[in-house]
Amino acid sequence: MSSGHHHNLFIPGSTVVHRLAPEVKLVAVFAFVIAVAVTPRRSIGSFAVDAAVVVVLFALARLGPRTVLSRLAVVVPFVSFAVLIPFIAGGPETEVLGVSVSTEGLWGTWNILAKAVLGTSASIILTSTTPVAEILKGLSRLRAPAIIVAIMSFMFRYLDLIVDEMRRMRIAMTARAHDPRWLWQAKPIATGAGAMFVRSYERGERVHQAMQSRGFTGTMPRLDTRSASMREWCAAAIAPIVAIISLIAGFALT
Amino acid sequence: MTTEPTSTPIVVVRHLGFAYPDGHEVLHDVSVTIEPGERVAILGPNGAGKTTLVLHLNGINAIQQGTIEVGGLKVDASNLREIRRRVGMVFQNADDQLFMPTVREDVAFGPANLGMSADERNRRVDDALAAVGATHLADRSPHHLSEGEKRRAAIATVLSMDPQILVLDEPTSGFDPAGRRELTELLATIGLAQLIITHDLPFALQVCPRSIILSDGRIVADGPTHELLADTTLLEQHRLELPFGFDPTRIPVGNVAHSDPPPST
Amino acid sequence: MLAMHAPDGFLEAPVAIVCAVIAVAIIGYGLRMASSQLDDNRIPLAGITAAFIFAAQMFNFPVASGTTGHLLGGCLAAILLGPWVGSIVVAVVVLVQALVFADGGLSALGYNVINMAIVPAFGGFALFLLFRKFFPRSASGVIGATALASALSVVLAAAAFSLQWLFGASAPVPFDTVFGAMVGVHLLIGIGEGFISGLAVGAVLASRPDLVFGAADLDRKELADRTPVSARTFVIGGALTAVFFAVVVSQFAFDDPDGLERVAEDQGFIDSARDHAFGSGVFADYATSGIGNETISLAVAGLTGVALCALVGYGLFRGLREARSRTAQV
Repeated sequence: MSSGHHHNLFIPGSTVVHRLAPEVKLVAVFAFVIAVAVTPRRSIGSFAVDAAVVVVLFALARLGPRTVLSRLAVVVPFVSFAVLIPFIAGGPETEVLGVSVSTEGLWGTWNILAKAVLGTSASIILTSTTPVAEILKGLSRLRAPAIIVAIMSFMFRYLDLIVDEMRRMRIAMTARAHDPRWLWQAKPIATGAGAMFVRSYERGERVHQAMQSRGFTGTMPRLDTRSASMREWCAAAIAPIVAIISLIAGFALT
Repeated sequence: MTTEPTSTPIVVVRHLGFAYPDGHEVLHDVSVTIEPGERVAILGPNGAGKTTLVLHLNGINAIQQGTIEVGGLKVDASNLREIRRRVGMVFQNADDQLFMPTVREDVAFGPANLGMSADERNRRVDDALAAVGATHLADRSPHHLSEGEKRRAAIATVLSMDPQILVLDEPTSGFDPAGRRELTELLATIGLAQLIITHDLPFALQVCPRSIILSDGRIVADGPTHELLADTTLLEQHRLELPFGFDPTRIPVGNVAHSDPPPST
Repeated sequence: MLAMHAPDGFLEAPVAIVCAVIAVAIIGYGLRMASSQLDDNRIPLAGITAAFIFAAQMFNFPVASGTTGHLLGGCLAAILLGPWVGSIVVAVVVLVQALVFADGGLSALGYNVINMAIVPAFGGFALFLLFRKFFPRSASGVIGATALASALSVVLAAAAFSLQWLFGASAPVPFDTVFGAMVGVHLLIGIGEGFISGLAVGAVLASRPDLVFGAADLDRKELADRTPVSARTFVIGGALTAVFFAVVVSQFAFDDPDGLERVAEDQGFIDSARDHAFGSGVFADYATSGIGNETISLAVAGLTGVALCALVGYGLFRGLREARSRTAQV
């Protein structure tokens, strides 16, 4: 129960998408997302092609609509802002369902909606098919700064422990009838956060001692020697290349 | 230092003293010698300086006063890497020891820091995991292991460095009785010298023929565990308590799990 | 909107790219600073405090009658760890949220890192140093400065986002509408952020004062000083800052014909020729307020930009100096 799967989006599987090397997936997802981000809002055809790519990948990775939709929920706050845009934006207006709204605003809504959903979908494909440890390996094979990768690695290792500790602290407070409803009653939560920081810091010191004890002198050793094959790079390149072609085609047509 | 190589003690601590910057003295004139293959328990109340003492053995705490030798090599800043290879330090909280994403990577961390080739490293990792019966845990994330499994993995992370002595800090804390028994059996199969900090007196009696009592930064007793534990005045003076109903004098010395002879290497 | 993990496409590509370049430059430089300034033990520490910030963001605290908020932690991290390490730690949190939890767009990483890590850490730390000058040298002085700086760091982040919107709006929503809404909402969020951050730092000061980077200059006696004398100073300081912000925001940010806009309109009425030229009624009003908006937008943008740059720059500068003096000590 408390093993902390709540924040781990990985869904085990053995599909083509799962099996691709993580560095290949990372590059492909980044390229795809950037291609989507620079697509002009009026190139509806390009967005349709991108959407088709995403749907094919969802199918290939065996990600059902229920999973995908629940994970897309992170964009909701921004999308709700996007939906407001036509009502507060200026410029020429059109009538939609009897309400007069800004035409440019509508395009703005569409733009944010399409890009947020497509971009998040691409991220979902990555995170659902790649375990965290693999993503980290991918980053380090792509020569991401070693310190950043190491910090991320430690963060993941200890996140669940800290979350569990915080949860236990909250339960201990609730058990003593602490049920704050107003900010000024939240003092125990705040001091609890301070105590958690101290515990986290002290754990950091102990971990460092444990590392030193095994010969650590400041640089994390590179433990992994595998790298992606040309075939993997080619396979993963398909999605962003389709997106880029549709982007260029969109430019050419409009 | 021209003693016979075979009789070189694993650890020689002479007149070790340590104080915090604020002047609070933690260790005072501590001297200990540990022979190859010997298993020694360090007993003592909280705050006696037990962990501070063992953190000197591999140079995590810099030596202020006195000297320490590990396998004949003097501990100082110039040879910390070799010292840390020789002293396998297993920390109290296995979660602090296991910081890599998978057990295999964690066990490979030490050998990698020693600059070993990938092949040599893999062999060491496999051997170390096999030695603690944790081969099947290699690709698991440490977070999802049981306490007992974590402790096994933690011991493997230092065995892979081919140490001369294992130092364990409170290895039984947080264990259920079965896990404790399994750990006792595991430690008995490891032929290395072992220095074990523990509050668990029956465990000390079972695993370590010899014990040291550290109190207020001083060694107040050093001798056969069954004798120390039978001395109720000594135990009382230093806040050490046997579990209710446990009588060390009624356990024949022969029943103590003596080490199997070290595997012929 | 509240958590500010903007998704892809929220700002136009050029602004996203410029922001990414700025973010990479600052964090990259910060990594160099952090690794030369401090020894290797910062790696596990930074990782575990990143986990702490991440976890703190997951837990809600009550705000009012059942509604809840959560910590953002950028300024808190800077006060606890120093602005360099603090901004790196929060940047890693933002990066991980985008990369592993699909929370926040990958193409939006640049501005998300600026708004959630760099601006709160450096701007917030600069404010913290500023407030500390006015507060007594004591534990409560540090707590008060933390509370105010953390509260305002959230507002700063909102202002930074509005400013990016000015240059890279993906929809024709006027700057002052976005600015007003963002700053207004985040003033409220800031109250919670400040309250929680201040008390959290207070708890750290009580048990391990050596872990609070922003209180490293206090001696033991000053740290033990928790006299509530500064409560008055705190209230006065808080009230003054709130009034200042309220005035600035209400003057500049809202479309209602009050404040500066009112002034512009009044002048418009005085200028009868112009009044006649536009005729009367809705159109004239629209035009006038439109012109007013444009000038005011630019004025507000300019002011906000200058203030932001000054604060972040000051934070960077102080961070550098702290780093240098630490290196000298080691």
